[in-house]
Amino acid sequence: MGAQLRLLRRRINSVKSTAKITRAQELIASSRIVRAQQRMQAALPYEREITRAVTGVVSNAASVDHPLTVAKENPAKAGVLVVTSDSGFCGGFNANVLREAEALRGLLEGRGLSVVPFVTGRKGVTWHSFRQREMGGNWVGFSRKPAYSDAKEIADTLIESFKDDNGIDEIHIVSTEFVSMLSQNVVVRRILPLEVEETEASESTAIPPYFEFEPTAGDVLESLLPRYVESRIFTALLQSAASEEAARRRAMKSATDNANELMRVLTQQMNQARQAEITQEISEIVGGANALADAAAGKE
Amino acid sequence: MVIAKTVDGEIGIMPQHAPVLGVLVEGGVLRVKREGEGDLVAAVHGGFISVADDEVSVLAEVAELGSEVDVAAARDALDRAQASIEANQEDADAAVEAKRARARLRAAGEEV
Repeated sequence: MGAQLRLLRRRINSVKSTAKITRAQELIASSRIVRAQQRMQAALPYEREITRAVTGVVSNAASVDHPLTVAKENPAKAGVLVVTSDSGFCGGFNANVLREAEALRGLLEGRGLSVVPFVTGRKGVTWHSFRQREMGGNWVGFSRKPAYSDAKEIADTLIESFKDDNGIDEIHIVSTEFVSMLSQNVVVRRILPLEVEETEASESTAIPPYFEFEPTAGDVLESLLPRYVESRIFTALLQSAASEEAARRRAMKSATDNANELMRVLTQQMNQARQAEITQEISEIVGGANALADAAAGKE
Repeated sequence: MVIAKTVDGEIGIMPQHAPVLGVLVEGGVLRVKREGEGDLVAAVHGGFISVADDEVSVLAEVAELGSEVDVAAARDALDRAQASIEANQEDADAAVEAKRARARLRAAGEEV
């Protein structure tokens, strides 16, 4: 009995220290979400302007063909950029992204394309290398705090591979979209060949301004489109960073809750064991005293 | 008035300017002339200028306000870039570096 009591005490202590850790992780994650959201907000104006500029060029100069906007005939290879996190402790965050990426892979292979994964985040890279999938490129070390230069590096690799005749013919991105603190969705988007999203068409129903170009529409597009792709990737990275922290906060919160519940159950068990021990000791003493009394009575 | 340097040359934009989309040069200086206040000067490295609906937006990969430039650091960067250009004439990175440093110094109102 004494041994069981000791065992329970030890377990309670260990659960208690785990709960302390997960609680701390939860608090850290919540403060990071705020900062990640601020970074997302800060990147919004740039993205809005660049989208407007691209829309402006494309709607003004429909005749301009750019390698990045034209779908290739008979596509053979597709690149998939998978955005995951560097560190774990974030529940199903990476599993969700990777599951969606696998679904996309199946879809693309169904169309007769071979799929080349490009992966950011240590978890995704490990996942792919464990399965000995060859990656077109991988980047790690910035999932929590992506910088614009990281997005640029990824975009450069993708665009280069896209422009290469033997390279990939279309590029998709699988990442997590930050909707709110409580809800994040995995989204799949095609980024190349470019689909210019005319999302704000309804907002400004006025005729789009007729732009003049310095020097020419083609030149502007030439340097504008890679920036647009970079900006799209950067947004995806920022959203993913915020989602990662939100997923971590949620996972750590439920871990803390579970630990507290476990502690409650274990404490109850421990008290039961302690009481059982005391009861047994008492009955032993009473039994012993009775036996002594009986023995004394027998002598008389 | 906004004065910027595109790949075609300098462009000055007054109110009511027609919509324009221009590519900015690496290491240019952007100047915003304001009424009643001093000019707003910034070093802008690459990017775009877009004018539409009486609004000028500048999209740059890297930009720095003249008042925020660390003059000593920029001068240092310029010296280093020039040293590596002298060592190797075809050092494209150093040439860009030198251009950027010059733009930062000019934005800060320094003589280069």
